[in-house]
Amino acid sequence: MSRSSSGRGRHTRPSSDSWGTGRSATDTDRATTGKRSSTLFTEYAPLENQRIESMSGAELGLAVSVFLACAVEAVEALTIVLAVGYTRSWRSTFIGVGAAVVVLAALTAALGPALTALPINVLRVFVGALLLIFGLQWLRKAILRASGLKAQHDEREAYQQELEAAGEAGAVKAGLDAYAFTIAFKGVLLEGLEVVFIVLTFGANQHDVGLAAAAAGVAVLLVVLAGIAVHAPLARVPENTMKFAVGVMLTSFGTFWGAEGAGADWPGGDAALLAIVPTLLLFAIGLVAMLRRLPGPAPESRAREAAIGV
Amino acid sequence: MSRVEGFLRFLWDFVVGDDWRIAVGVVLALALTALIADTSVAAWWILPVAVAVLLGMSVWRVARSRV
Repeated sequence: MSRSSSGRGRHTRPSSDSWGTGRSATDTDRATTGKRSSTLFTEYAPLENQRIESMSGAELGLAVSVFLACAVEAVEALTIVLAVGYTRSWRSTFIGVGAAVVVLAALTAALGPALTALPINVLRVFVGALLLIFGLQWLRKAILRASGLKAQHDEREAYQQELEAAGEAGAVKAGLDAYAFTIAFKGVLLEGLEVVFIVLTFGANQHDVGLAAAAAGVAVLLVVLAGIAVHAPLARVPENTMKFAVGVMLTSFGTFWGAEGAGADWPGGDAALLAIVPTLLLFAIGLVAMLRRLPGPAPESRAREAAIGV
Repeated sequence: MSRVEGFLRFLWDFVVGDDWRIAVGVVLALALTALIADTSVAAWWILPVAVAVLLGMSVWRVARSRV
């Protein structure tokens, strides 16, 4: 995946062009200068072709990570929406969902261009740090859940809690039901913010916010269709396993981009990601196995089936 | 709690999460990477090591508190 920089002049960085970064040195030039001469274009044309061919790994990583993260959050949001919709008012619930979607879309539209305008190394450090902090928190929770130290997220249980809370919120008012609107709005907005964050960080770093947004859109659409089909919370979706995978991907990309942005050169260039992802996955699975063997009083959740089956 | 306090608490929970040590560790590891990268010593290994240490210590603290 990495390629030699020989003969490409001082602007070319061999390590930054395919798997994880999504940018060639010529992209960097564009990002920092905002323009590109025809001479440069001709000079770097072969490199650009190589970049396009080798982008599939980066695009795949981007799309899969965003899709999984978005699907998980959409399942959780769907549970809230179904609960308030069934018990309170569908009209008010849908207005709340619509309002939240508008806010999320506006945030993406406003912050996306601002992020992509940052110089490439600043962007990588910023994105790398955020992805690392976010990814490690996701992975930490997933490891604790898989090892039985934290209760697994259960959509049926969450649905019951929402139903009870909605039932105790008083009579449904005519017109706009404030409870249904507020709960639907907050639920979709809070779950959606994590998705917006992932779409923006992944998308901006690879200059492909559109692809990230499309992957998120497909995930939401599939979850909504599944929700309409079953008329119930999607309790059978392997949420904890998906969160484990998302945690590994976010942390891996954060590690790669963060180090690159801080000035480090990875051995093997972009191919290093192919080692980082499986190594981190094995490390996390090893932590789960180790934590499960710890002596002591077994917490209630430990009896449950763990998410990743190790 | 005022709206501002509520928003700040939300922001903290959203970005930093359950274990603030992870966020601090990541920032320190990135700073160390930048410092080492300016020398002739390889700096790529710092973040993977930091990830392993931060993640391991974070889950270990939870496990130890349950024993």
